[in-house]
Amino acid sequence: MKPAARSEGASRREFLKMLGGGLLVVLVSRDALASPALGARLTEGPAPGRPQMPENVSAWLHIDQNGDVTVFTGKVEFGQGIRTSLAQEVAEELRVPMSSIRLVMGDTLLTPFDMGTFGSRSTPQMGTQLRKVAATARERLVALAAERWHVDAGRLTTADGRVTDPQTHKSARYGDLTAGRTITADVKDDVALTPAAHWTIAGTSAPRVGARDLVTGRHQYTSDMRVPDMLYAKILRPESIGATLAPLDSSAAESMPGVAVTRDGDFVGVTAPSPVVAAKALGALRATWTPAPGPSPSSRDIYDYLRRTPAPEAGPGHEGGPTEPFERGNAAGALASARHRLTQSYTVAYIAHVPLEPRAALAQYAHGRDGDRLTVWTGTQRPFAVRDQVAQAVGMPNDRVRVIVPDTGSGYGGKHTGEAAVEAARLAKRLGKPVKLVWTREEEFRWAYFRPAGVIDVDAGVDADGAITAWTFDNYNSGPAAIRPPYPIANQRVTFHPSVSPLRQGSYRALAATANHFARESHVSELAHMVDMDPVAFRLKNIDDPRLHDVVQKAADTFGWPGTNHQPGHGIGVACGFEKGGYVATCAEVSVDRGSGDVRIVRAVTAFDCGAIVNPDGLRNQISGALVQGVGGALFEAIDFDHGVIRNAHLADYRVPRFSDAPAIDVVLVDRPDEPSMGAGEAPIMALAPAVAAAIFEATGVRLRSLPMAPSGIKLAAASGAGSS
Amino acid sequence: MRIDIDVNGHRHSVDVDPSQTLLEVLRDELGLTGTKYGCGEGRCGACTVLVGAHAVASCTIPAQSAAGPPITTIEGLERDGRLHPVQQAFLDEQAFQCAYCTPGMVMASVALLRANAQPSREDIAHALETNVCRCGTYPRIAAAVRRAAAAGGGETPR
Repeated sequence: MKPAARSEGASRREFLKMLGGGLLVVLVSRDALASPALGARLTEGPAPGRPQMPENVSAWLHIDQNGDVTVFTGKVEFGQGIRTSLAQEVAEELRVPMSSIRLVMGDTLLTPFDMGTFGSRSTPQMGTQLRKVAATARERLVALAAERWHVDAGRLTTADGRVTDPQTHKSARYGDLTAGRTITADVKDDVALTPAAHWTIAGTSAPRVGARDLVTGRHQYTSDMRVPDMLYAKILRPESIGATLAPLDSSAAESMPGVAVTRDGDFVGVTAPSPVVAAKALGALRATWTPAPGPSPSSRDIYDYLRRTPAPEAGPGHEGGPTEPFERGNAAGALASARHRLTQSYTVAYIAHVPLEPRAALAQYAHGRDGDRLTVWTGTQRPFAVRDQVAQAVGMPNDRVRVIVPDTGSGYGGKHTGEAAVEAARLAKRLGKPVKLVWTREEEFRWAYFRPAGVIDVDAGVDADGAITAWTFDNYNSGPAAIRPPYPIANQRVTFHPSVSPLRQGSYRALAATANHFARESHVSELAHMVDMDPVAFRLKNIDDPRLHDVVQKAADTFGWPGTNHQPGHGIGVACGFEKGGYVATCAEVSVDRGSGDVRIVRAVTAFDCGAIVNPDGLRNQISGALVQGVGGALFEAIDFDHGVIRNAHLADYRVPRFSDAPAIDVVLVDRPDEPSMGAGEAPIMALAPAVAAAIFEATGVRLRSLPMAPSGIKLAAASGAGSS
Repeated sequence: MRIDIDVNGHRHSVDVDPSQTLLEVLRDELGLTGTKYGCGEGRCGACTVLVGAHAVASCTIPAQSAAGPPITTIEGLERDGRLHPVQQAFLDEQAFQCAYCTPGMVMASVALLRANAQPSREDIAHALETNVCRCGTYPRIAAAVRRAAAAGGGETPR
């Protein structure tokens, strides 16, 4: 779709008019995630002959007179496959083919308010809401047919976009049932949903919607978009984090044809009719920077710094878990009297998301008779938050700003914010012309945000039978997600301590669950070793949740745990956990080259249970992808910084997993048609690193307690089994 | 300076700046946005195109030096609305998530299969080592290349 075609002057009311007659079903959410205040602001008043949209609407769906279904959701597609899986759920409840469904996603004008696409919420929350909307629509269509044929609705059936009366063989297409009228319906919370055991469209491996455009290069990401008279922007960046701009000489840049330099405090943007001229103009700016005052820790001393620099409260990146300490029993007493006791510290480095599509935005400003409007296309996981951010930055009311999120080149939690959107919008408003900004890879490394670095202290006691009796866990800065153990330990004290971070930090796939699982499960493996128990048996003994028990058993069985005759230099490890409704267990085998110390993850088996599976192939893809991405954080990814400068801001210096790093992967799906469907974008990444750490120990006798574990291999000469954190 | 480049069988006369890369000319001058920017340093492969028979990172090639040999981009693979066997194999294996790497992966795979019609697993990993899939779909991409090889994916694009 040409970007300009549908943005200019389109209002919600006009859009509804454009939808024409048909059936409109609206879900009014009592969900805390849908803000009533924002929901109300979305409503632009009643269209003629139409009811006003209720406040805090969280989803809506329209069936037109041809039977074409349009679903509106504020969620966004970043590669996780929800454009497909949500359509499957609607198709299932509505009894229509997938091909008749179109999803309008992440458009602040057209879609209901949504907090954002993160936290593995799309499937459990949006999926459930859309199922209710679709089921309501089907009930309403059946009622319409019953009225028309003067029969009892109970005897009518629905399939393939039609209502049929099996007794009279009368049949009507959904679109015909509404012909000429506009019918609306609200969703009742108790609408009957199709049980997963009876699914025929949901629950199948439907291929990704729009996939052909992905393999032909036709899909337009934000960074691919163009509109007439568009200017290309570049932003002047400081020399170091927090540096302030002293004098700026922009005369050389401003003398270039078509170039404009916009300065607003420390914000300096150049625009030009072509990217090449914009880049030259940026290069022609003569800026002097004053470094930020105060201490400037580096990656060498960051862990000490985080320990001794508490922040008053949790900040970005610290979402997804309890920030208050958790206590049960008497941890100190139980530790003191434990048969065996193990005290260790673990660290995790800052890492970058490196979404392959860097931040990008296209901002179009228009001043018309009805006032000014700003439309911004950008790849963000939180379109409504970014709309507000943009509106504030340019001094316009929220309802004059529209943010549209084209299906985006990945995010992994790294695109919650709207930096490029704000920058492009400021320039577009100032210049009155469309402005496109695509960040370079280097900008993405330097000026996006990172997964928090952290230090985790664990102290645990175990009795002679291998039951964990005492547990204290202190996480400094990494975050509180999945901070509590999934084991029912009688005496616990679990505390999250936020720190002041010298680098900007924020969400990353699974948040701190990866760090907390690394520390916890590494510790558990070491406890098992202390009491001379098999690490799978040790976990099964300490687990009381049957679903967690199941994934551990299934992963071990598929892996062939423990097996015999390991090759020299090979080792195996296991780890498990529970987060955001997903149960995961991973068994990993590594090989360590005795000469070079190089570590390779040879194979990984992950068993995963996230309830009723909506799309098995999509789920496999997510799990397998999470494992491959997890290889980087486990073995070699780390941000290297000093004096406010990122020292490895290039792919040549920041190593991401490549083809040869991917292990042979076996995914075991545990389908639970009797359980609600939960998200799967995050939890599958959590168990890899601790499983690999345990496998490295088995192969070498070295306990590695820092992520990444082997950025330049393992120094085996220095290893004695005493630890090398 | 003005150069003539041959892209997907069409000759284009383009005014280029000495600082411009082939990637910039393809995307910004010719509107062929299927080829992606990922890193600008030839380390991610998102910008992979064929120059002659070779897969190259178009972000590292000065546009001026691209005059002459036939260049093929992702837009030049389809024939009469039919996908190239490699594209079809990526589709069949669902070998993508966000798919931003896909055009580059497809082009690198096409070049591989033209040079080696039956690549081993190691051959595939080696040929695609400079192409990054941050979503981690490498195992599926490898399966897609094997599928395309089995389907005779070494077909000459032009």
